[in-house]
Formats: sequence, C-alpha cells, structure tokens
Amino acid sequence: MHPAFSVIFFTTTSGAGYGLLALLGIFGAAGIIPSERWFGLTGLAVALGFIGVGLLSSTFHLGHPERAWRALTQWRSSWLAREGVLAVLTFIPAGLLAIGWVFFETTSGFWGVMGIIAAILAWLTVVATSMIYRSLVTIFQWANFWTLPGYLMLSIMTGALMLGAIVMIFDHGNRVIQGTVILSIAVAWVLKYVYWQYIATHKSLATPSSAIAVDGAKITPLDPPHNSANYLMKEMGYVVARKHAEKLRAISHITLFALPLVLSVGVYFTSGPVAIIAAVVAMLSSWLGVAVERWLFFAEAKHTVTLYYGAQSV
Amino acid sequence: MTVEQTPGFKFRDAHAEEDNVDLSPSLGDEVKYTTCYMCACRCGIRVYLKDGKVRYIQGNNNHPINKGVLCGKGSSGIMQHYSPARLSKPLKRVGERGSGEFEEIEWEEALEIATSRLKKIRAEDPSKLAFFTGRDQSQATTGWWASMFGTPNYAAHGGFCSVNMAAAGLYTIGGAFWEFGEPDWGLTKYFMMFGMAEDHDSNPIKIGLGKLKKRGAKFISVNPIRTGYSAIADEWVGIRPGTDGLFIMALMHELLKAGKVDQQYLVRYTNAPWLVIQDQGADDHGMFARDENGDPLVWSTKDEALKPSTDITTTPALKGEYKLADGRTAVPSFQIMAERYLDEKYAPAAVAETCGLKADDIKRIAAELAHVAFEEEIVLDIKWVDWAGRKQDRMIGRPVSFHAMRGISAHSNGFHTCRAIHLLQMLLGSVEVPGGFRIKAPFPKPIPPTNKPTGKVDHIKPGTHLPGMALGFPTEPADLLLKEDGSAVRIDKAYTWEHPLASHGLMHMVIHNAWKGDPYKIDTLLLFMANMSWNSSMNTSKVIEMLTDKDENGEYKIPNIIYSDAYYSEMVAYADLILPDTTYLERFDCISLLDRPISSPHSAADAIRYPIVEPDRDVRGFQGVLLDIGARLGLPGLVNDDGSPKYPGGYPDYIANHERQPGVGLLAGWRLEDEDGDHMDCRGPANPDQLEKYLENQSFWHHEFLPEHTYYKMANRGYLEWAHELGCVVTKTQIVFHMYSEILQSFKLAGEGHGAHQPPEKDRERIKTYFDPLPIWYQPLEETMTDLDEYPLHALTQRPMHMYHSWGSQNAWLRQITNMNYLYINRETAAKQGIVDEDWVWVISPYNRIKVQVKLMDGVNPNTVWTWNAIGKRSGAWNLDKDAPESKKGFLLNHVISELLPPRGDGYRYSNSDPITGQAAWFDLRVKIEKASPDEAGETFPQFKATKKPPHMPKKPKILRYGAEFKTHKKGGKK
Amino acid sequence: MTSLPHATNKKLGLVIDLDTCVGCHACATNCKQWNTGGHMAPLTDKNPYAKDPDGVWFNRVHSFEVKRGKTNPGLTVNFPRSCLHCENAACVTVCPTGASYKRVEDGIVLVNTNKCIGCKLCSWACPYGAREYDEDEGVMKKCTLCIDRIYNETLDPEDRKPACVLTCPAGARHFGDLADPDSDVSKLVANRAGRPLMPELGYKPTNSYLPPRARRVDGNDIGAENKLEAVSPRRGFLSWVDNMLSR
Ligand SMILES: Nc1nc2c(c(=O)[nH]1)N[C@H]1C(S)=C(S)[C@@H](COP(=O)(O)OP(=O)(O)OC[C@H]3O[C@@H](n4cnc5c(=O)[nH]c(N)nc54)[C@H](O)[C@@H]3O)O[C@H]1N2
Ligand SMILES: Nc1nc2c(c(=O)[nH]1)N[C@H]1C(S)=C(S)[C@@H](COP(=O)(O)OP(=O)(O)OC[C@H]3O[C@@H](n4cnc5c(=O)[nH]c(N)nc54)[C@H](O)[C@@H]3O)O[C@H]1N2
Ligand code: SF4
Ligand code: SF4
Ligand code: SF4
Ligand code: SF4
Ligand code: SF4
Ligand SMILES: [Mo]
Repeated sequence: MHPAFSVIFFTTTSGAGYGLLALLGIFGAAGIIPSERWFGLTGLAVALGFIGVGLLSSTFHLGHPERAWRALTQWRSSWLAREGVLAVLTFIPAGLLAIGWVFFETTSGFWGVMGIIAAILAWLTVVATSMIYRSLVTIFQWANFWTLPGYLMLSIMTGALMLGAIVMIFDHGNRVIQGTVILSIAVAWVLKYVYWQYIATHKSLATPSSAIAVDGAKITPLDPPHNSANYLMKEMGYVVARKHAEKLRAISHITLFALPLVLSVGVYFTSGPVAIIAAVVAMLSSWLGVAVERWLFFAEAKHTVTLYYGAQSV
Repeated sequence: MTVEQTPGFKFRDAHAEEDNVDLSPSLGDEVKYTTCYMCACRCGIRVYLKDGKVRYIQGNNNHPINKGVLCGKGSSGIMQHYSPARLSKPLKRVGERGSGEFEEIEWEEALEIATSRLKKIRAEDPSKLAFFTGRDQSQATTGWWASMFGTPNYAAHGGFCSVNMAAAGLYTIGGAFWEFGEPDWGLTKYFMMFGMAEDHDSNPIKIGLGKLKKRGAKFISVNPIRTGYSAIADEWVGIRPGTDGLFIMALMHELLKAGKVDQQYLVRYTNAPWLVIQDQGADDHGMFARDENGDPLVWSTKDEALKPSTDITTTPALKGEYKLADGRTAVPSFQIMAERYLDEKYAPAAVAETCGLKADDIKRIAAELAHVAFEEEIVLDIKWVDWAGRKQDRMIGRPVSFHAMRGISAHSNGFHTCRAIHLLQMLLGSVEVPGGFRIKAPFPKPIPPTNKPTGKVDHIKPGTHLPGMALGFPTEPADLLLKEDGSAVRIDKAYTWEHPLASHGLMHMVIHNAWKGDPYKIDTLLLFMANMSWNSSMNTSKVIEMLTDKDENGEYKIPNIIYSDAYYSEMVAYADLILPDTTYLERFDCISLLDRPISSPHSAADAIRYPIVEPDRDVRGFQGVLLDIGARLGLPGLVNDDGSPKYPGGYPDYIANHERQPGVGLLAGWRLEDEDGDHMDCRGPANPDQLEKYLENQSFWHHEFLPEHTYYKMANRGYLEWAHELGCVVTKTQIVFHMYSEILQSFKLAGEGHGAHQPPEKDRERIKTYFDPLPIWYQPLEETMTDLDEYPLHALTQRPMHMYHSWGSQNAWLRQITNMNYLYINRETAAKQGIVDEDWVWVISPYNRIKVQVKLMDGVNPNTVWTWNAIGKRSGAWNLDKDAPESKKGFLLNHVISELLPPRGDGYRYSNSDPITGQAAWFDLRVKIEKASPDEAGETFPQFKATKKPPHMPKKPKILRYGAEFKTHKKGGKK
Repeated sequence: MTSLPHATNKKLGLVIDLDTCVGCHACATNCKQWNTGGHMAPLTDKNPYAKDPDGVWFNRVHSFEVKRGKTNPGLTVNFPRSCLHCENAACVTVCPTGASYKRVEDGIVLVNTNKCIGCKLCSWACPYGAREYDEDEGVMKKCTLCIDRIYNETLDPEDRKPACVLTCPAGARHFGDLADPDSDVSKLVANRAGRPLMPELGYKPTNSYLPPRARRVDGNDIGAENKLEAVSPRRGFLSWVDNMLSR
C-alpha cells in the first residue's frame, strides 16, 4: 500500500495523543500523578492537541473534507465511522476531565470517573482505528491477530513516553510511570517483533491463480490493461525493496524500541537534568521510530489487487 | 480471514432511496445511422446525439457486418471525432519540409494551387502525377479519377498490405482471404487460421470465433505468437516465420499419401483433370492441351478419349499419360501436383525442423483434417442447380475451413504459400461448400478478374484519360506495362518483370523511386490517408531523408507533395499543401461493391456514410475536393459538354448519379427500373433519391441470396445469373478453380526463353525460379541474402485489436490502453543473452538499429521477437505533448526494415517484395539483439526533433470530463 | 446504514467466458463510452494527451500467460476485470458515509457520489480493484452494471443490457440473474464450471468466470486418429485414384 503521509501522520499522532490521554485519565483517577493545574493543562493540551491535529490531518486526504461529518453516520457497520464517533465521543469525558483538572485541580471522584471513561474511549478509538486495517481481508499483513494489539500497544507506549517526558519536565517523576513506560516498550517491542515474524512467515490464501480463476503453476502478466499507472497501482501497487525494508526495520527497532528502552531504564535509575533529557530524547526517538514503523506498516502491506499486476503472492 | 456479513440489523434500503438513480435517462434527441470508420471493417453504427454532441455510439443490430457489436476502436469513436489532432483549415508550407511550419490559406487558394499545377502536368505528361491512397475506402472513386486524369501512377495501400492474399486468391479461386471471404462460421467443425492478429474483418472474425467456441468446433491458430485469437485456439502452432508453405505442403503430402482427397470435388470444380502438355523445351510445355475452341482437354476414362473439359458427360482421369492429337503426351495436372508433393522432401519429418514443429503434430493435424472432412461431412437438404443445369438434391459440405492473412502475405514467399493453402482446401473439397471457406459477393469472379492493367505506352498521352483503370490482372507476359526500352511505365515498377502480377501496385516503393528518379522523375505526389513518412514506410528514417532531400538546384527531389489527412499525422509536416479532410461522422462516403466489398458469402451489401454532425472547422471531404479539382481540370466524366461541373452537388451527387457502365453505379441499392420497366436488383438507371433510400434503411443496402444460391457459387447457376446481371462475371458458365496455374507457367516459359515477350537477362533467373504453375516453397528472399548466424532472430509486428495503425494514439481513451510498446522476446532466448524483463536493448538489422525496452514471454516462437505495430509516434505529431510516452518509449520497427533487398552479385537491388506480386515483405526481417548499456536506458532510439504545430489546432484539455454534461438526475433526486 | 441486505431479490451479474475472450478491449472502451455520460458521469481522464494519461475506467482488460507444467501446453488468458457485485461486499460495509450501498432488488452495488467523502476505504476493501477513484471530483466511482441501461424504458428491450455485454464481439460476456438457477447465465455457470474470483476471501462475488476449456491436442479429442495410414506403395503410384469420377 502507498504509505501516504497524511495517514501515517494521523495514526501516529492521534495514537500517541490517545495513549497519553488514557494514561492521564487513569493515573489521574488513581492519584498516581498530581492534579496540579499546569501539569494537567500541559498534559491534556498535548494529548488533545495530538489527537486534534491527527484527526484534522486525516481529513486532508479526503476528496470532500467538507462532507467529513457524514463519516460519522455508518457506525453500525463501518469501523471508520466507529472510529470517528468514538473520537468525537472521547472529547466529552476528556473535556470534563480537563475542566476538573484545570479549573478545580481535582482528578478524583466524578472527574476521576471522567478520566477513566476518557481512557476507555481513547483506547476504543485506537482499537477502532486498528480495526479499520484489521478488517481488510484484502491486505493479509493487516487482517491478522497482531494488528490490533500492535496498534493499541504502540499508542500506549508512545503516549507513555510522552507522559514520561512531561512528568520529568514537571519534576513529577515516579516509579509507576517510569515502570509503565519501560513495560509498555517491552510489550510493544515483543508484539511488533511477533507481527514482523508473522507477516514474514504467513501469506494470504489468495494467489494469481485464484485471482483470475485459472489454474496454473505460474501466472505472469503479459500486457497490463493500461500502460500508465492508474489509481489502483498508485494506491495499492507500492512495493518496498526487501533490503530497504530490512534497513527500515532496523531503524525502527533502534529508534522505536531499543533506544527509548535504554533511556527509560536510565531515567528510572537517575534524576535531574540528565533524566529529563533522557526522557525527552526517548520520546523524540519514539516519534521517529513510530513514523518509520507506520510507514512500513503500509509499505509492506500487499493488496490482493497487485495479483493482477504481477505480484506472485500477497 | 474472510469477510463476514454484518449481522444483526434489519435492513432498510435507505441509501438506495436517497441515491434515487435515474433508471431511464434519455439518450438524447436524435438517433442517426451511419458507418463506422475507426477501421476498414465498416460496421454499421447507431449514433445518439444529445444537444448536438455525440452521447453514445452503438453497433447497429440490423447491420450485416457487425450485427450490433462494436470493437474497442469503434466504441471510442467519440474521442476520435473530438480529437485535438484534427486539422482545421487548408495549409501551405512556409518552413522547410518536416519542420511543421505552415500558414493557413482559404480553400479557394488551395484548390487553385493544386489545379494550376495539375493542369500543367496533365497537359505535358499525366504520368508526372503519382496519386497514391492509403487506408482509402473510396478506391472506386479515386482510381477512376486517376484514370480520367490519365496517369497510370495510381494505387492504394494493397501493395504493401496484402496483395499476396488478394492475388493468390484471385488467380486461384476467384476470391480470396483478406476480407474477400470467410470460413462458414455457422457450420465449420475444424478451423485453421494462419498468421492473423486482427484482419480487416475485425468484428466478423470475432463474432465467428465466438460461434465456433459455442459449438465446440476445433480451432487451430498457426502463428509464431500466442496472443489475441491464438490465445483462445484449441491448439497453438508456434511456427517459425516464413515456413508455412512447407507446413502446408507436408499436410498435402500426408493427405495424398493416404489418398484422403476429395476427387469428385477436384474433378468438378478445379482444373485438376485438365491435361498438361509434356514437351520439355517447347513453347507450350506445361500449358494446357486445348481443343480447337480453346477448351482445355481431359481424358475421359469411360470414353477412352480426349474430351473438352466442359463436357459434362465425361469421366475425367486424374492420373495417367495420354497422347494428344499431335502425338505429344499430356498428363492431368493433378498427377503433376501429386508427384510434386508426394516427394519425400515434403514429408513431415523432412520439414519439421525448418518449420520449428514436431513431425508428429503435422501428421496428426493432417489426420484430423481428413477425419473431419471425410468422416464428418455435412449434408444440407438444399436443392440447387449447377451451371450446367443439373439438379442437385443436396449440398455436401466438408466442414474444414482455413483463413489466412498477413502472416502469410507479408513474406516474399507469400503468394505461393497462400496458393498452397488454397490447394490444400481444394484437396479437401472445402471451398464454397457448407462448413468450408466461403467467398463473399461479388466474388468469385473469373480467374483472374477480366480487367487488365492499363497504362501501355500508347495509353498515356498529354491531356488524355486512360482507356481503363490503372490496376488490373495480367494473364500473360504481353500484359506487362513496359516502355520500349523495357523500363517501367509506372513509378512503382508494378507490372514489370520485377513483379509482374503486382495487381495492387507497390506503394512502398513510390517515395524511393520518385526520389531516385528511377524509372523517371515525377512532379507531384498526391497522397490521401497514408502516413508515408512514418508507419506505412519501410526504412522510415531514410524515407524522411528522401522527402527532404534536395537536388543541386536546391529544389526538393520530389518537387511537390499534396496531402489530404484529417489529423495532424507525421506525414502532414512533409507536404507542401494540405487539404484537410472531415472526420467520419462529418462526411459522405460510399462503400461500394466496386471497391472492397462489405458483403458476406450469403449476401451482397453496400453502405454509405453521411454527415451526422456538421464540421466545426473549415474542412472538406476529400472525395468532394477531388471531384472539384477534377471539374476545374475539365476531366472527362466530371464536366458537361459546356465545361460546367457535372456533379455540382459534390460527392453525394456523384455517388447517386455517376454511372460506371450503363446501369452500374457506385451503389447497388434502390436503382431505378430500366426502360422496359424491369427492376433488377443491383442494376438500373441512377436514382436521384438513392441516398434518401439508404438513409431510410439505416445507411446500408443488403441483398440476401436464396439458400440455394449461397454455396458452390462458382458453379451455381442461380448465383452466376445474379452475378452476371450485375456484371461481376462475363459468362454464366462455371468458374473453374486454378489448382494448376497456366498463367504462372506462361511467365515461366518466357523466362525460359519462349515467346515474344521475354524478361531482360537481369530478371530471367528470377522469373524462371519463382513462376511455377504449382505452389513452391523457398526461403524468404531477404534471408537468403543475410548472414543468418549474425542475425538469428525473426522480427515481426502485430496489430493491437484496439488501435488502428497510427490513428489510435490521438484518441484519449485508446492511448491509455497502449501508449508505448515493448519488444517481446521468448523467455529462454532472452535468458541465453542474460536479458531480463524491462531491459533496454538494441535491435540491429543489416540496415539500421533501434533501441527499445523488452518484455519476456513464453508464448512466442523462440526464434522470433515482435512488437505491436505503429505505436511509436514522432514527437510533436498528433497534437500530443512532446514528452508523450508514444515518442519517448514507443518505437517503430520500420526503421530497421529495408524497402530494398541487399545488392546481389551484380550490385542490383530489388525491392524487398514478393517476386510475383510486389507485396512488401515486412515480415522477412532478420535481426540480432544486444543489451544496451545502463546509461542508454530510458528512452527509445531514434528520436526525432519535434515538429511544430500548424496554427489553430483544437485545444487539448489537461483534464477531460467528457460526458459530464449528459448526466441526468431523476426528478426529486438530489443534484 | 451501510449494512448489506441479507438477501437480494435478484443477483444480477456478469458471466465472462475466458475461453472466448480475445482481449479486444471493446467491453472496456464501450463501458467507458456509455458511463462517461451515464449515471456516474463523467469518467474523468487526467493528462489525456500528455505523459502519464490516467482515467477512470469501470472495466479493464488484462492479459496473462499461464504456465501449466511440462506436459500441459501453456496458455495466454485475456482477463476483463470489473465489479463483481459481491454478496458480501466489504466495500459497502466499510463505507463510513453510506455512499456505498447494495440494492435489495437486484444486488447491484452502487456509490452515491453526492454523499461520498472520497476516503477511499472502499477501494482498499475491494480485493478485485473494482473501485475507481475520480481524483478530479474527489469521489469514488464504479461499475453500475449499467443500471441506467438495463431498466431503461427509452431503450428497446433487446438493448437493455450492460454496454460491455452488448458490444462484446466474441460473445464472451453474458448478463443475467444468477439467483435464478434456470437463467441462461446460471446454466452457463453450471455447465462450464464457472468460478468466482478469490473465493477464499469470502466476498461471494456474483459475477462468474468460465475458465479456459482443456486444449485439444490429441487426435482422439475430436475422434480422429493421430496419423494417416499411407496407401500401400505396392499398389502403385496414386493407386487410390478413382477412374469413374463424373463431371
Ligand atoms: N485493430 C486493427 N485492425 C486492423 C488494422 C489495425 O491497424 N488495427 N489494420 C488493418 C490492416 S491495413 C490490415 S492489412 C489487417 C492485417 O491483419 P493481420 O493479417 O491480422 O495483420 P498483422 O497484425 O500484421 O498480423 C499478422 C500475424 O501474422 C503472424 N505472422 C507473422 N509471420 C508469420 C508467419 O510466417 N507465419 C504465420 N503463420 N504467422 C505469421 C503475426 O504473429 C501476426 O499475428 O488488419 C486490418 N485491421
Ligand atoms: N512494421 C510494419 N509496418 C507496417 C505494417 C506492418 O505490419 N508492420 N503494415 C502495413 C500495412 S498492411 C498497412 S495497410 C500500412 C498502413 O499504413 P497507413 O495507411 O499509413 O495507415 P495509417 O497510419 O492509419 O495512416 C493513415 C493516415 O490517414 C489519416 N486519416 C485517418 N482518418 C482519415 C480521414 O478520415 N481522412 C483522411 N484524409 N485521412 C485520415 C491518418 O491520420 C493517417 O495519417 O502500414 C504498413 N506498415
Ligand atoms: S471493426 Fe471496429 S473500428 Fe472497425 S468499423 Fe467495426 S466497429 Fe469500427
Ligand atoms: S469485449 Fe469481449 S472479447 Fe473483447 S476483451 Fe471484452 S470480453 Fe474479451
Ligand atoms: S467487486 Fe469490489 S467493489 Fe464490487 S462489490 Fe465486490 S468488493 Fe465491492
Ligand atoms: S470513498 Fe466514498 S464510497 Fe468509498 S468508503 Fe469512502 S465515502 Fe464510502
Ligand atoms: S456492466 Fe456496465 S458499468 Fe459494468 S463493466 Fe459492463 S459496461 Fe461497465
Ligand atoms: Mo494493411
């Protein structure tokens, strides 16, 4: 699949935003982080800012952004609509949480419940996003078990790294948060590793032979329907060279997981400016990493339609 | 994982309700019927017009040719009609030839320029005008005009197209492959197709193949390449190019060896029993023995006597040696034929390797042919009467059929190969029988048709018309068109000893010969509808040089070129005066029985085109312009006695009122009753309202023969009477097929030193070798003069079904399908040279080299490479962007083809053509492939400087939203 | 909402005969011609006379080569591709706006271009590449099964067929109700072992493809021998020639 900038940007920023929002809601309700106004304002502003910018960018690739509201109507069948509805709904408890936190400096009681609801909706939104991909049986690399947990865990992880950096800046660092960061990286790393293993060893049942309903040992295109590339080929025909993909995976392993993990462990055992810098660098590194990961998620996805254009498997 | 239906919710079709689709939109205000001209197939079309624009073009269900279907091109007519490459006004060249610099002039000025020059030529020497037409469908008019002008230098594209098919057929069965006949699609059980990618019968062949498929008839395609039709064949025979003749002779060998031959058919319908004089060295050796009336003789076994072949009471012998009255011996031609092909050199095992086939496959195909022809014969309970008046109570069919086209014809051995196929058909008794190959009216004609070429030296006089049509069919050496010194009368050297039976001329030699002044210089080259500076020339780069080459006085060697095209093709830039034509939806046209017909084997048909939409530019139909110029020149037949134009109404006036012979005009339908009040079908006084009648009948006329007249037309009294009435045949007696060709023998004898007309020494061997009364196979001429180890590959082109020569590329829809071409190579052949898919390679012939991109495939003969024809375009032409893929990645194979053969021992270079007919030997080409270096990749070679565009070409959009204006919304539906 | 009907009254669709298709592109260009002025007009073309021309087409014709092992001859297959009007049309269920829908009365899958936001998700959900994005208008378009022809009362009944079916010169395309086992198309599918495309994905396409028939390269296939017996040479040259042939 063509790795479109807007979709990569949308899923990674809103993912991180939802991850952060959810942690703020839960840790706030649980009293693990302080209900201090400026900290809350910053954390929620970052979270909702990421979510908002992400959502906004997702409308850029629409042919008719002015009709975007229509995308909320078909929630009963469409994961994209569900995502939209959940995204909108999330703003309600998130907004209430912000009111409590910023105006009343409290994250417990009713406001705490709002935090928990916001967290659940945030996670559900991410789940809905992942389900958009997971439900596309046309793309085997997406339509598998590992897509959902991968998305969710990367959202939590990038959100946690952001939270980790913010708490360090506000000098609210604590073991639970730092532990959460480390744990989320570890789990996300494992999930992503398994995902990559999975797509390397499994492929779709669809074959060139089933695509054209003709049995044969090998089926190769002779003439395409049209000489110049069309929408399908531009949108779905993206092929990433194996070497290139391997390199990018390595970059992903390092910037998304290894480096943040090492730095986060460092943060766990240190404090002061060093720890702040380490937490911020870990966060920044994960941003680069997740962009590369998401690029690969698209670029390595092989649509069944490519079977008509020369792919021997998808 | 699979998709699952969303469970649970009750369905309400709200979305459909909201969409509110208009299920019955109107297609517009008007429906008009005319004839397609996206190619020469000439299908009937129904054009829907909405607000004066073309909404939709559909096939006319009632039309005999296409029965409602349209091909990929015909379905894209809208884009042809609105093409931005349309010319819009007469043009006069102002820059150098080839630059594309023109100034617009008024029609009056254009006509004056043309007329004054032509007037001078006609007054001095009419043959200084060479008038050649390309994809012309009005040869009945253009050819007549040329002869009224008085020049012998007229021909259409047949010479470089498929004259081998036409001539071999017309000299053998009085009809031909090409579009002159077709398999009996409804009944045939076994169909062999040789060397066809598309042919002129574009839709009828597809309709026919569909029928075969439905019935489960076996279909074999003999073709080095497995695409298109070959793709759906039950059996693909991937033969080596140029060797079909041998393959066919091996099939004959097998049939003869097993005695699987329809003897009765041979005796009744062919000259197989006619006795051939056996008298080596005599003037008439190899000619038929005849009686005092000139009737050929046969040996009647019953009477044990020589009898005229027309005697229907005899039992003619097919073998044996018989004494003639003068004491000499003679044998039935069948025996000579059988002896020849029974020779072991035609055994499957002997030919298999040359053909690239397996001997067992050849044997099996012969057995299958015999099985279907003789074990599965079909009998129709249709009574009919033969030429001799004998009542027959049924029609016996041998349901094997053959069809062939340029894969056979575009080789220098194509004439004989094609004749070989006809012989095979005769052996199987399958011409003009149910289930066999059938000939389309007004064919079969006498063998060959009775018109001889005109243009003998005394025919060509200043200010005088020719006594007949320039093109015709020689039957003996005396018919050749030679000057006293033996040089050619015609600029293309047709009807000389170099190619005696060149019955369609040699259009591919005109530019070369005119440039060289060999046989003489001309003044004006008038071209119509032929892209001669591009895809219809061999050796395109050289032709471009010839068109722009100047003599020592700085004058162009071809002094004056007048051209009519409808579009900004590559040729336009090379003309001095452009007469812009209309598109096919804007003009009158006449698809005449006198031309290449659109008939079928069971009916005669003709058709017209008429303006469906008015031109929005200052353009005129070429035929009308030609008639106008003719009237200005005062040509006979075009002016009244007082010098006023005879057809003031232009081309439609001419179509309806011009008569070729009394009662015979361009159109056969709705002619008037003659003086006696008799109404004959296709003959009668001109009807001024004829075109109205055509319009009422959806622009075509169709005469269905009675079932009893539709088979055995060469010997069917009812049919022959009709054909006689129409003037297609001279007598109502049988047309006997020429299995053995006495005509060819007469030329051979001349070569051997007999008779008053003998070839010059330079051509003598050639005539002796290639003129043979029975089909022979020889290696294509170019191959015999080429180092085959150095140039190991055959190089071919095929027509894409959705493109017509060079025209398709201006079509916004068609060019999306194909806008560049690859060179296709067999996967294993490529592997041997380390070539992989999409590599760039040099294709090198002994004459030139081109650089192209390759694509590998399995379904191609390993010794063959090929590409799609005429996709490559010159930058700047057709109003395409300069960097369009057609010019940057597309290519023409023509650059590496030569119009001349390599010099032979004495340095003489013959045309690269069939030695009998002058058919251009496009497919004899041999090449080698070399991998291009990496920095050479990305663009084809050669590239040409982009030509400038003439003023006021129609605008071309960046985004095309054709049809948006037609969208309808149901009342109440949301807009 | 964009759920699918549980069942449609009819299943209108195409049956395409790969044994007969010669790859002429007539169905593709005729489709283009009809539909560029039809229900989803226009079928926009970008760069029509320049580099990289790219347009909206509802039907595209591929050609493939098929290798079938050593002994079985290879094939060239021409393959037209258009919307299959699937029963389980995920292109419909993924649509967030309701622009995509499947009609209850005949199963035709359509896009309401007034509602479509151009999110392209349906094109991702279609395995067969049958969705065509019109960049110029920013909406998704697709084969309508010529809904504006097949019910069109301004046309003669014989013309109420999809444009691609009417025009196919080889007669390789058939149109009808595949829900009705007695329809011509259902019988064709039954007799010729018609196949859906990529059945493993579960879309249950309505359109069916008739695979190429077995190649016949043995005399026996048509009841013939594999070679002819020569007439014994001992009986003399042309001994089989009949002496009493009548004129
Ligand atoms: N769509 C479309 N239709 C057209 C035209 C067009 O440009 N486009 N042009 C029209 C014209 S002018 C013509 S003349 C006809 C020509 O119609 P075709 O005769 O079908 O012409 P080609 O496409 O040249 O195909 C020649 C075929 O012969 C095969 N071949 C080449 N050499 C040999 C050989 O030695 N033996 C055998 N057995 N096969 C061989 C090639 O592989 C190819 O398939 O088509 C007409 N119809
Ligand atoms: N390599 C290779 N070359 C070949 C062949 C091959 O098989 N291989 N085939 C050869 C054969 S068989 C043929 S017949 C030739 C065909 O070659 P051409 O006869 O040259 O065919 P086109 O390229 O179609 O050129 C016809 C010209 O007519 C113009 N035209 C189109 N419509 C109209 C109209 O309505 N009015 C007027 N006045 N002009 C119009 C077009 O713009 C074009 O410039 O090509 C030959 N060239
Ligand atoms: S075959 Fe096609 S292009 Fe040729 S006349 Fe018929 S519909 Fe037109
Ligand atoms: S029109 Fe018919 S034969 Fe031509 S490509 Fe389409 S399905 Fe095949
Ligand atoms: S073919 Fe594609 S677009 Fe058509 S119904 Fe099936 S999934 Fe939808
Ligand atoms: S592109 Fe249009 S039709 Fe397709 S899913 Fe999006 S809104 Fe629906
Ligand atoms: S049914 Fe109509 S819209 Fe669909 S492919 Fe055929 S012609 Fe095109
Ligand atoms: Mo031709």
